[in-house]
Amino acid sequence: MSQRASDLLTLTREGLYCPLGRFHVDPTRPVERALITHGHADHARAGHGTVLATPETLRIMAVRYGEDFCTSRQEARLSERMRIGDVIVFFAPAGHVLGSAQIAIEREGQRIVVSGDYKRAPDPTCLPFETVPCDVFITEATFGLPVFRHPDTRGEVRKLIESVTLFPERAHIVGAYALGKAQRVMALLREEGWDRPIHLHGAMEKLTELYKREGVPLGETPKVVAADRKDLHGAIVLCPPSSIQDLWSRKFPDPVTAFASGWMRVRARARQKGVELPLVISDHSDWPDLCRTILDTGAEEVWVTHGQEDALVHWCGTRGIRAKPLHMLGYGDDGEAEPDPGHDPKMEEASA
Amino acid sequence: MNDFAHLLDRLAYEPRRNAKLRLLQDFFAGTPDPERGWALAAMTGGLTFREAKPALIRALVEERVDPVLFALSHNYVGDLAETTALIWPGPEESSDAFPSPRTRGEGSDDDLVVGATSGSDGEGASKDEVLPDPPPHHRLPARSADDAVGRELSPRAGRGDALSPGPGHNNPPPSVPTLAEVVETLATTPKRALLQHLAHWLDALDETGRWALLKLVTGNLRVGVSARLAKTAVGALGGHEADAVEEVWHGLKPPYTELFAWVEGRGERPESRNPAPFRPPMLSHPVEEFEDLETLEPEAFSAEWKWDGIRVQLAGGRDNQGRQVQKVYSRTGEDISEAFPDLMDAITFNGALDGELLILREGRVQSFNVLQQRLNRKAVTGKLLDEFPAHVRVYDVLAAEGEDLRGLPFAERRPRLEALVRRLDHGRIDLSPLVPFTTWDEVAAARADPASAGAGADADAIEGVMLKRLNSPYLPGRPKGPWWKWKREPYVVDAVMMYAQRGHGKRSSFYSDYTFGCWREGAEGEELVPVGKAYHGFTDAELQKLDRYVRNHTTKRFGPVREVAYGRETGLVLEIAFEGVQRSTRHKSGVAMRFPRVSRIRWDKPPAEADRVDVLERILARGEREVAPGAAMEASE
Repeated sequence: MSQRASDLLTLTREGLYCPLGRFHVDPTRPVERALITHGHADHARAGHGTVLATPETLRIMAVRYGEDFCTSRQEARLSERMRIGDVIVFFAPAGHVLGSAQIAIEREGQRIVVSGDYKRAPDPTCLPFETVPCDVFITEATFGLPVFRHPDTRGEVRKLIESVTLFPERAHIVGAYALGKAQRVMALLREEGWDRPIHLHGAMEKLTELYKREGVPLGETPKVVAADRKDLHGAIVLCPPSSIQDLWSRKFPDPVTAFASGWMRVRARARQKGVELPLVISDHSDWPDLCRTILDTGAEEVWVTHGQEDALVHWCGTRGIRAKPLHMLGYGDDGEAEPDPGHDPKMEEASA
Repeated sequence: MNDFAHLLDRLAYEPRRNAKLRLLQDFFAGTPDPERGWALAAMTGGLTFREAKPALIRALVEERVDPVLFALSHNYVGDLAETTALIWPGPEESSDAFPSPRTRGEGSDDDLVVGATSGSDGEGASKDEVLPDPPPHHRLPARSADDAVGRELSPRAGRGDALSPGPGHNNPPPSVPTLAEVVETLATTPKRALLQHLAHWLDALDETGRWALLKLVTGNLRVGVSARLAKTAVGALGGHEADAVEEVWHGLKPPYTELFAWVEGRGERPESRNPAPFRPPMLSHPVEEFEDLETLEPEAFSAEWKWDGIRVQLAGGRDNQGRQVQKVYSRTGEDISEAFPDLMDAITFNGALDGELLILREGRVQSFNVLQQRLNRKAVTGKLLDEFPAHVRVYDVLAAEGEDLRGLPFAERRPRLEALVRRLDHGRIDLSPLVPFTTWDEVAAARADPASAGAGADADAIEGVMLKRLNSPYLPGRPKGPWWKWKREPYVVDAVMMYAQRGHGKRSSFYSDYTFGCWREGAEGEELVPVGKAYHGFTDAELQKLDRYVRNHTTKRFGPVREVAYGRETGLVLEIAFEGVQRSTRHKSGVAMRFPRVSRIRWDKPPAEADRVDVLERILARGEREVAPGAAMEASE
């Protein structure tokens, strides 16, 4: 028991660092060697030397940042054990978005799991979360308060379809993060029998095409042509969250503003964003799933990266689990994971 | 209850009137009796029961949830009812999705009192185990659908282990209460039993249902729907106008099954058993420009003062035991009789009078500010009645001696009205005088200076003239042509835009609500202080320009609100028109405007030349002069 957890993983200016393997996990600044859990912009940044990630995550990064997003890429196959320096590393599905993975780091019988962002709820667009037993579990806490219990996504999608039935002359503009959430909403709509085209804002197009190439069936998803907006009565239109209040959305016929996010659970949040049809659909774990996952891993120690750390740390304490917040900056800045890439930050409502 | 809750939830987010109407119609058409009737009662303010205090809700939830986690959550969410609804450990799905009986609350400390499993993803079972454990001695045993068991569990009977059902006791899943069940129970349950019912319902409802229930029982149910809109939706089920519903409304009681039967063509029109029913009022159109009048012949019209009070209808009649029934209705048909006991004696007639509620002191009409001081009080005390005596100045008669007079032309109704008022001979009711004229110019002169045109000392309580076509019958609603209101010129001030907020509905992507300020001497020299907020008065094209201005001159952002640049050199001057000024504790300036709107955008005017708060103070002083002299009044402010 000479080895301590902090020998395996420490916190540096760039983010989590494994000194024995000489690599970072999801660093927020350019580093020599990065292991990336998933393709959201706050976890996967351009400019690293070597990047080790799942093939899907590497392809997502290439689509977002261009083929030269790093000096060299290395594919991680799920569950395949790899030696890096003095440690063993393997990737396991996290259920967050396409290609998302947890990263396990082992040495001398001790295992730390960096879960990245994860969820336990079913998602037709990615592999389900796998529990990896470990000694130290590093978790997010985006929705780390017991008020967050995400409802069944089917009900939320049905709410959207019912609204279109009730207001067939109005366009339904659904704000959704461009990577993962948008495609999940599309897939859920298809599962609920929506077989009409799902119209996309230009910013959604490339990633949606990538999902289709990766074998996720999403049906017909035409890009919105500016001049045709006024004719899209009763259409479902997906756009980045920042666009629901933009000039762009004004040209649709009497639009209904919807937003698919775990934050929509709290009414004040929805109101603040001017949302008329809140859809509680999240790619993060809700409170019960955060707690359940911690118990499932059997971890004796929990580190909380970002989100509502206090409540989760408190809960761990009541369960006799050592826990500490890492207070990491740079993750999940605007709530649910993702700032919209390519979007002028000046146009963002800064407060959210 | 869940369906009603989901309707409320949807209405709360929906800013558009027509969309609200559609949601309501959809609900009324798809919900059976009596549930929809109770929903209608909830939306029209027709429910009465003892309200639950927030402390009770807090106690209830802290028995189930770690108080630290609850406090963190409450702090984050901000609203007690919503936090409780979200955090309440209960089944999220309807009980019939899980037919097998479950045991709850009887295991080791490790399994918690949580309702049904989520089940939807096949992983639900373990969810139960992970919610935070309250201290064991605080835990209530499982609640059951069986009332007998429930009664034992009342908090007074003690809580916790002693009453836990023994091992092997199966509790059936709680059944989702109907709104009818909730309302009826609330009305009949003594306070001490309320807690246990509430807990039981909260266990059975989904999150939205819990939210609506908690808002309902704490008396904070704000639907965002007027009673009128709800009645419009009910009427539309059978192609009836809202006024047709209004006509029968006051004879009906929740859950309104006869009403629904009638509008759906399954039953007779409910006979109004109310001997003093409300009759929907006739409304007028505004005269925008003097030119509007030039197409009308003056000899076809009668003119009278437009009083700055509250439109009311006095209705009287005898019930089947021969007792006189007296009612005061608001313009929208709300029964406000209880607030005006001092008018009851005056309603000795059988019929209905249309008029303006005013405060008269020594025969003089007081300003609207004075009237507001009476309206704002919850308790109607003897002191209030003495200091703010209510009075009705009547201008039309809708029915008299059991005869409906609404079909008669104005010229025939007026003598009937005059005769009735003479016969009543009561100090609380008098006649609104006609304003004689032969040309529109004479009307214009009277409007500009009512004091010289016969109104005398009451001129300050006059907000313009009404023009009524002599041959027009009394038509409910707002028919175009027979009645015109020609308001006096509004007050105007030049103010500087300080903050802008995004609008609602169609305007949700525009900064369309503007907070503006006037100058005053502050601690550090001249400063702008907010005096009001306006969100109309401009055209769509102007809105686009204002929106662009806000986006280009933003200095700070607070959620949906932006602060724009303002000062002596920079800033945008808005000319604001308004109808009056009131004291306000909400505004830093201490004053608030009535009906402010943007009358002009002064792109040209330097902000340093905008008006000062003193201008508003002077207008306020004019209205306040009428407040009875003496310190007693000041103290009661």
